Amino acid sequence: MPRREALAVGLAAFGLVVVLPLCNALPADGPFSVSNFTLNLFGKFLAYAILALGLDLLWGYAGVLSLGHGVFFGLGAYAMGMHLMLEIGAKSVYQSALPDFMVWNQVTALPLFWQPFRSGAFTLAAIVLVPALFGLAFGYLAFRSRIRGVYFSIITQALALSVWLVFNRNEMNLGGTNGLADFKTIFGFPLNQPVTQRGLYVVTAVTLVVAYLVCRWITLTRAGKVLVAIRDSETRVLFSGYSPAAYKLFVFVVSAILAGLAGALYAPQVGIVTPAKIGVLPSIEMVVWVAAGGRGTLYGSVIGAVGVNWIQSWLTTSYPDLWLLFLGGLFMGAVLFFPDGVVGALGRLIARARRLLAGPRGRASLETPHLSRATHGGSRPPRSDQ
Amino acid sequence: MTTTGSIIYLEDVTVNYDGFKALSRLNFFMDRRELRVVIGPNGAGKTTLLDVVSGRVKPETGRVIFGHETDLLPLRENDIARLGVGRKFQTPSVFVNLTVWDNVELSLRRPSKGVFAALRRHDPAEERDRIAQTLETVQLAAKADALAGALAHGEKQWLEIGMVIAQDPELLLVDEPVAGMTDEETARTGALLESISADRSVLVIEHDMEFVRQIARKVTVLHLGTVLCEGPVEQVQNDPRVLEVYLGRRREAADAVH
Repeated sequence: MPRREALAVGLAAFGLVVVLPLCNALPADGPFSVSNFTLNLFGKFLAYAILALGLDLLWGYAGVLSLGHGVFFGLGAYAMGMHLMLEIGAKSVYQSALPDFMVWNQVTALPLFWQPFRSGAFTLAAIVLVPALFGLAFGYLAFRSRIRGVYFSIITQALALSVWLVFNRNEMNLGGTNGLADFKTIFGFPLNQPVTQRGLYVVTAVTLVVAYLVCRWITLTRAGKVLVAIRDSETRVLFSGYSPAAYKLFVFVVSAILAGLAGALYAPQVGIVTPAKIGVLPSIEMVVWVAAGGRGTLYGSVIGAVGVNWIQSWLTTSYPDLWLLFLGGLFMGAVLFFPDGVVGALGRLIARARRLLAGPRGRASLETPHLSRATHGGSRPPRSDQ
Repeated sequence: MTTTGSIIYLEDVTVNYDGFKALSRLNFFMDRRELRVVIGPNGAGKTTLLDVVSGRVKPETGRVIFGHETDLLPLRENDIARLGVGRKFQTPSVFVNLTVWDNVELSLRRPSKGVFAALRRHDPAEERDRIAQTLETVQLAAKADALAGALAHGEKQWLEIGMVIAQDPELLLVDEPVAGMTDEETARTGALLESISADRSVLVIEHDMEFVRQIARKVTVLHLGTVLCEGPVEQVQNDPRVLEVYLGRRREAADAVH
């Protein structure tokens, strides 16, 4: 990693992991204090950013657009949610060892697939393995059959729709449309205590930093170059002796794991998991975060996920009618006017400003735009497969 | 069976596209270190021949043997590439968002091209020499750090030839390498292909008869998916059957060929 980038990442990581929670621990009336509400909000945004990183690796680098990542987010969120439901135990409204929704649905015994989620260790493993194995199976079938470009996107969208339908059914014993809620504790820590929420925030921020470093490392290896090569010309990759299907499957599984982690961190911080988070619409919103932030840069997707959701939480409270219009406008704007996202648009603006400041003599040396190399943060929008 | 000494051997190969026979019981073979040019009118099956050898198209019938006894039919494109068959496409096909250097680096022959091998660190010194040498051969050493997308058309063609050389193939398949090139670029490409054929087999498809005369020793004429005739370029040019296949337009064909 270049020195300047390492410095920037280090500073951002320090700010998110150390400074923000410290400010939250300060007395509430101080000038630098961050409220519990704000920190919790940021915890949610950073969980989304973990998902956006994986989506960017998949879409911005390998050129594979998934419109179904809400599914993997949901698998992670439900895995965590199931454990949290069982932790409630008899403290629930109906004071039964079963989750409340099962009591309403007249389920008398805990279904078999719920049993292992009593174990915290099993739950942590499932958060990673369930999305990974599901992604592996789905990706294997799709990529082996050489389903590419827009056809792959359509199939992932169909996947999101069908999984959403399945999770909505009461017969699934996953809470139906109401989902899982009323969590009390996480691994014994009470969720209504600010210190628990602060801890969850720190875990989320650390996970995001580690996820960023892992994704960045992948892009710097030869495998990362192969991903960009697949986006440029899948045929040439194939005839150079690589199996594009294997590389796409790898990055698809990585992004599924990151989405699952994001979901698992989201569940205890927001306190509820419903099928509304895993369908077609949320999956498309996730793509909008990456597009708005800037594809193929990784940090752009983090900025996009945090920025778009920040605006959303502000608009939905102040001007609730405007949010959907804004989201639609943002997506169209990203496609039509700034295909390389906020990050790319800013990069071009800075390059132009520098050229103007440098005057005619300095122009030649600054001719190359500094964001033009895909492996270092490409400003070119990815092409779909031929 | 006379496969001994041949690098590629096709027997009785038929490719059927919904009733259209792109190749029809084709028999074709090439010796090691041979530079062969395949010509023929549009639709004769030239590109299909390359598709069959490189694994892109699987024939309905026939056998395709690489080297002594490797049957190529059950293999996928990337496996065939790793065995030592390199392919240069007609329209330049390079990785436009990677540097010229990275384009060659990805193409290098290596023990494994799997994902996990590509995530590990590798020995750079010997690799760098091979990349630098390849770029020297295709005269792109000065542009190693440029994005491949910023190259001129002819340079992209050479880069792709360089990428195929970097694969260290025993057999190179080259589809119309000089289409869209200037006379000077054409001459340099011809010299490049001739030097490559010093220690590899090269199969070139070409329309440009000027270029064919420059590089060809032996020419195969395809017509309706099968071999019409084969021989030294002068002999083929004067073969009455060759003149005939240009849709009966004898005079025009004669002009085109001469």
